[in-house]
Amino acid sequence: MTMTRRPFLRSLCGLVAGVAVAGVIGSTDAHADVLANVQKTGTLRVAVPQDFPPFGSVGTDLKPRGYDIDMANLIGKELGVKVELIPVTSTNRIPYLTTGKADLVISSLGKNPDREKVIDFSDAYAPFFNGVFGPEDVALSKVEELDGKTVGVTRGSVEDLELTKIASPKVTIKRFEDNNATISAYLTGQVQFVATGNVVAAAVNDMTKLRRLGAKFLIKNSPCYVGYAKGEAALGAKLNAIIAKAKQDGSLDAIAQRWLNAPLPKDL
Amino acid sequence: MAYQFDFAPVFEHTNLLLSGAGFTLALTAVGAVLGIGLGIVGAICRAWRIRPFDSVFGVYVEIIRNTPFLVQLFFIFFGLPALGIKMTEWQAAVLAMVINLGAYSTEIIRAGIQATPRGQLEAAASLALSRFQIFRHVVLRPALAKVWPALTSQVIIVMLGSAVCSQIATEELTFAANFIQSRNFRAFETYFVTTALYFVMALLIRQLLMQIGQRYVVGRAG
Repeated sequence: MTMTRRPFLRSLCGLVAGVAVAGVIGSTDAHADVLANVQKTGTLRVAVPQDFPPFGSVGTDLKPRGYDIDMANLIGKELGVKVELIPVTSTNRIPYLTTGKADLVISSLGKNPDREKVIDFSDAYAPFFNGVFGPEDVALSKVEELDGKTVGVTRGSVEDLELTKIASPKVTIKRFEDNNATISAYLTGQVQFVATGNVVAAAVNDMTKLRRLGAKFLIKNSPCYVGYAKGEAALGAKLNAIIAKAKQDGSLDAIAQRWLNAPLPKDL
Repeated sequence: MAYQFDFAPVFEHTNLLLSGAGFTLALTAVGAVLGIGLGIVGAICRAWRIRPFDSVFGVYVEIIRNTPFLVQLFFIFFGLPALGIKMTEWQAAVLAMVINLGAYSTEIIRAGIQATPRGQLEAAASLALSRFQIFRHVVLRPALAKVWPALTSQVIIVMLGSAVCSQIATEELTFAANFIQSRNFRAFETYFVTTALYFVMALLIRQLLMQIGQRYVVGRAG
């Protein structure tokens, strides 16, 4: 008796496992091909920021505008479909993707191991880095050359913590209360250089011609990637092809010039 | 999930806090001496209507007493470079404190001078005291004696107000506190210790100024 029950139990287990596997495969199959789905419906749903200029903000005409919106439209054009923009915040942008409310997240999204567990990333499409910036006519290319110089930084920011680690004690780091004070200190000549984000530098260069900020060297690099649902290899390949083409033909460079006031870094 | 108090991350930075406190006291000392000096000059100009300085000091007092200290500081540090006047954060902090205390002490000391009855001046003149002797013994010292407690309070207000100098990266006590807090995120512990330090420093300054007042001002004025 017991001898006959064993194979039965075993086959039952096998059956349950088989059904489960089939179910998983089936369910991925069901919404698997986002790319095919997008082409069928003719609409690409993209989650974009609306509170993070210059990547995404609301213009005076109340329409979203920015680097990420231009990028979404570029992908839509290459795919030959209509783009539907979904405004998201930095906290809900990934849930929008994982719950299938959006096909892509183009929301100044950086890559990290935690995020890579839940979604996939395309190649980088936008530069996002902290670095040391200073007058365009002053040569400075590495942290050692900062010795004896004065750098302004916003207290407690990522660039403060990183620069404090890498700079020698000969560098005078002046820590200001907020971004505005840091930038004012640079613009009025109270500090020779500032450590800040490329986005902040671009915004400053956009607003004032007083003392333009040129990128000197990189402190921490965290470029932006397009996020898409896990297991969408076809979509990923298509995205990477589009990004590669846009880098080649200069259309991505044009977007960078428009929103960041700087050419696309070559190593992106 | 009660908050776990932990002061150790704050005391790791004891040196920073002490040097910050030292700089705050140094700023206050320089600011107080120069500021009260400026106040004495201003008070005499205003009380004795020495033209045109009385109206100059009048305008100065009104501007400074009716604008925020932080704005004055920003004006000196971020505004003046547009006119080619560039200062380090320490110079800017000291200058802002001197200018600020100068305005308040002008008014405080002027009140003391005007409270001296004219009859005393006439009595001093009839005793054949020189102008300088009259000024020193009959005008200034009794005036300072009358307003010494008010001046002491004003110096402490300026010391506490120097906290905003941290905004222009002056590395005094509040800067140290903000710096530590931005590194260990122990806001309660950091600001608790800082508050205690300010409190002790204020008490010390009050005691010190009272001693000085008893010894050199009030004691000899009567």
